Amino acid sequence: MTAPALTSYRSAAPAGHDGFAQLLWAEWTKFRTVRGWIVGMMVAGLLTVGVGLLSHGECGSQASASAPVVTGGPACTSPLGPGGEAVTDGFYFVHRGMGSDGSITARVTSMTGSYSPDGVSTQDLKPGLQPWSKAGIIIKASASEGSAYAAMMVTGSHGVRMQWNFTGDAAGLGGAVSAASPRWLRLTRAGDTVTGYDSLDGTHWSVVGTVTLTGLPPTALAGLFAASPDYAVVTSRSAGGGSGSGGPSQATAAFDRVALRGARPAGAWTGTAVGGAPGGSYPVLGYRQSGGGLVVSGSGDISPVPPAGEGSVANTLVGAFAGLIAMVVVAAMFITAEYRRGLIRVTLAASPCRSRILAAKAIVVGSAAFVVALPAVVAATLIEEPLARSRGVFIDPVPVLTEVRVLAGTAALLAVAAVLALALGAVLRHSAVTVTAVIAVIVLPYFFAVPLALLPAGAADWLLRVTPAAGFAIQQPYPAYPQVTSAYTPGNGYYPLAPWAGFAVLCAWTALTLGLAMYLLRRRDA
Amino acid sequence: MSADLRDALRAEWTKARTLASTGWLLLAAVVLTVAVSTAVAAAVTCAAGNCTEDPARISLTGVDLGQAVVAVLAVLMISSEYSTGMIRITLAAMPRRTTVLAAKAAILTALVLAAGTIAVLGCVLAGQIMLRGHGIDPAHGYPSLSLGATSVLRAAAGSVLYLALIALLSLGTATAVRDSATAIGVVLGLLYLFPIVGAVMGGSHLGRLVQQIGPMTAGLAIQATTGLGHLPISPWAGLGVLAAWSAAALLAGGLLLRRRDV
Repeated sequence: MTAPALTSYRSAAPAGHDGFAQLLWAEWTKFRTVRGWIVGMMVAGLLTVGVGLLSHGECGSQASASAPVVTGGPACTSPLGPGGEAVTDGFYFVHRGMGSDGSITARVTSMTGSYSPDGVSTQDLKPGLQPWSKAGIIIKASASEGSAYAAMMVTGSHGVRMQWNFTGDAAGLGGAVSAASPRWLRLTRAGDTVTGYDSLDGTHWSVVGTVTLTGLPPTALAGLFAASPDYAVVTSRSAGGGSGSGGPSQATAAFDRVALRGARPAGAWTGTAVGGAPGGSYPVLGYRQSGGGLVVSGSGDISPVPPAGEGSVANTLVGAFAGLIAMVVVAAMFITAEYRRGLIRVTLAASPCRSRILAAKAIVVGSAAFVVALPAVVAATLIEEPLARSRGVFIDPVPVLTEVRVLAGTAALLAVAAVLALALGAVLRHSAVTVTAVIAVIVLPYFFAVPLALLPAGAADWLLRVTPAAGFAIQQPYPAYPQVTSAYTPGNGYYPLAPWAGFAVLCAWTALTLGLAMYLLRRRDA
Repeated sequence: MSADLRDALRAEWTKARTLASTGWLLLAAVVLTVAVSTAVAAAVTCAAGNCTEDPARISLTGVDLGQAVVAVLAVLMISSEYSTGMIRITLAAMPRRTTVLAAKAAILTALVLAAGTIAVLGCVLAGQIMLRGHGIDPAHGYPSLSLGATSVLRAAAGSVLYLALIALLSLGTATAVRDSATAIGVVLGLLYLFPIVGAVMGGSHLGRLVQQIGPMTAGLAIQATTGLGHLPISPWAGLGVLAAWSAAALLAGGLLLRRRDV
């Protein structure tokens, strides 16, 4: 008798449904079948768009709220630079024509200045230069505001600089200029290319920078200039406007050994106050021949206007705060509801590997938040910016990549905040406390730093460096220009951390909380 | 006082008193309020002695955070009954639903007034100590931070009232939406979104309007003792706006409680 061949029993049911994909699918099913959560996410999206639509007011409406000397504010009729950005272009310009090939050389032997400490009065002038008072040589497309230029200059306290087309800035020789230690400056033009040189002795020259000025006309203007930005004391509280006091200032520079090659048509020097006479006009603006040289006095600035407030594309993103609160509520409930209803026991029995559950939930809620937030912020921007422009608000353009970073970054910010709420919910297991805690660590530091406006700028900056609210740095659309003194505050859209660094701080907090949640989920009974 | 209301008050007081979370939340509200006030008062510096700071506003900054804890307490007062099913027993025992809500509101107001008074006194004391060290005191031309001054007394007493009104706003909202997470989200959104949106909109007409109608931006005008002319809304009118929000929330909550099944 032979033993019958034994075949082990196999169930007809398909094999094991315990892969991560199945877990993900299960969590997604839970998420999408609770109607309140889907409604909550939709509300988050609508709030993000709706609140964003309120963000831009009328043109010039901020002018009374903040000191005009400190903030750029929304410029209604600001001249635009070659890059399309709002600029200040006011200086005294002594010029002659220059052909498409030529050079200008000059020696600066002194630079002095004065300023009005109390505002518009020009009676009580104090001697002294501003840090970014500037005088030197310049090649400019025309004498109209915002035209392309390249300039070599000495500055109040930043040494020799080469600056071009308002946003460009490169450092040359350091130190202050004096009769004992003069500075030689040279610009050479070959077509659209302008190269700047500096020298201590007029013999040994070093290149500071070479730039291409697109569309520089065959006959440009070349000559000497002087400008001095407003004296400003920024006592900013990081508030939307920032407060401060200040007044106009003036710089006077003495030039000699001025040599212009390639001049066309040959003619005498002509003086022009570019941008018109500045406010609180100085009686001494202009130029005079002195010995073999020229003395030029100017006021104003040649610089970009750092976009702030209504002029910032980031303004439209204020709706993200509303969306964030709604998403935090949904994400917290995604885990706390399991505890309240006892569903967590079923979940853990079905999938005993507890950390994976939290990971699956994080992926589901994070992706859902991102997918809802991205169209919302894009829609808010697409709808609101043309509306604001039609009301006359000038909004500085940003490069496409920056715009993508700002919009996708805001959506990612909401997604990470949702994951943080989920993780904290798993730690605290109580929905109301979780929602309050997440809002307290993300929204409240921003609230204390920006609208409350009571903290000194330093303390406010630290709040936006170390708390999860640092993530809002991802929304910064414009760089802070080191060559322009302005109120670079969070309220104006400038954060103390670089965009990705700030976002990394938020991610680090979230990862830490998620780790703690996984640890506690494994250690605690459900 | 009708027997109904007295019984309801006693029942709600027993519930509030015997929950551990009530005591912890009240303690957290007091501690956080005083701690934030102390930190802000310590951080504020006035180098030249000519800044435009309002000593009372600085000292009472903690209320901006403390109100969130008060809101949690108020929301849980009713929504925890919904999440545990206790509400069915409550309403079976006391079928007059408006009376139940009134009793809850009364007990909550009493608790918040008591805790708020302690917190605000702590804030004023902390402000007096910290700000004197920074030269923000009467010797440097700043208004005194003593409760004897009418404006400071208004700011302090008004802050206590403010906290009570925030509690009532939260209770009304939670009664209307029943779920604790949603309720606290709605309340904190109402509180913090108005100042953030208002700040973004700057000094525009619409921005000022946002500041005037926001429950927090209007209500906290009561804390101002200097520069009253620059406020978006006058102190008592601001507290009135908040009171209107609270009344509307309680009314909506009360109506829904009467009309709805549990």
